[in-house]
Amino acid sequence: MTMFWDAMTIVFVSTGVFFFLAGTVGLLRFPDTLTRLHALTKADTLGFGLIAIGLLPQSADVRVGLKLLVIWLILQFAGACSGQLIAQFEHRSRHSS
Amino acid sequence: MVDFYFGAGALVMILTGLALARLLWGPGPADRMMAAQLLGTGGGAIALLIGTGSGVTAMVDVALLLALLAAFAAVALCAGEPGSKGIHRERIK
Repeated sequence: MTMFWDAMTIVFVSTGVFFFLAGTVGLLRFPDTLTRLHALTKADTLGFGLIAIGLLPQSADVRVGLKLLVIWLILQFAGACSGQLIAQFEHRSRHSS
Repeated sequence: MVDFYFGAGALVMILTGLALARLLWGPGPADRMMAAQLLGTGGGAIALLIGTGSGVTAMVDVALLLALLAAFAAVALCAGEPGSKGIHRERIK
């Protein structure tokens, strides 16, 4: 049974790391600020989310697993809000200056 | 299995380190804040991976803290904008 959980963890964590790779490459290579923001929020929510889901079955007890889920939830809200805030900041500083 | 966690953690660390290059090049403050945001999230992911690999469950709290601080950093950027009165700006322009 644990082999199944280990295999699931490997699959989820490697996809999470892949999204981090995609987000980092996007953050470095994209031409414009807003496109970089698009790449960044993918790496943020998806990369961290998949890693958190991958590590869920490996957590020592239920409390740690629950804490992992809470972190992922907070990061979803925080990632969405900060993405909007940064985009608004960029839009304002581009048009007012 | 533990090597897998440390390997994945090392990979995320390298990626987050590379993303810091945006901190140097970033033309505007928004790009630099994005690098800081990725640092927070990547650091949280590394904390989770290393914590699970080494069995230290306290690292989950470290990841929670890093994720929260990264969010507050983005809010601080926008609240500290020169033309703003903090968060409470009237929307009608």
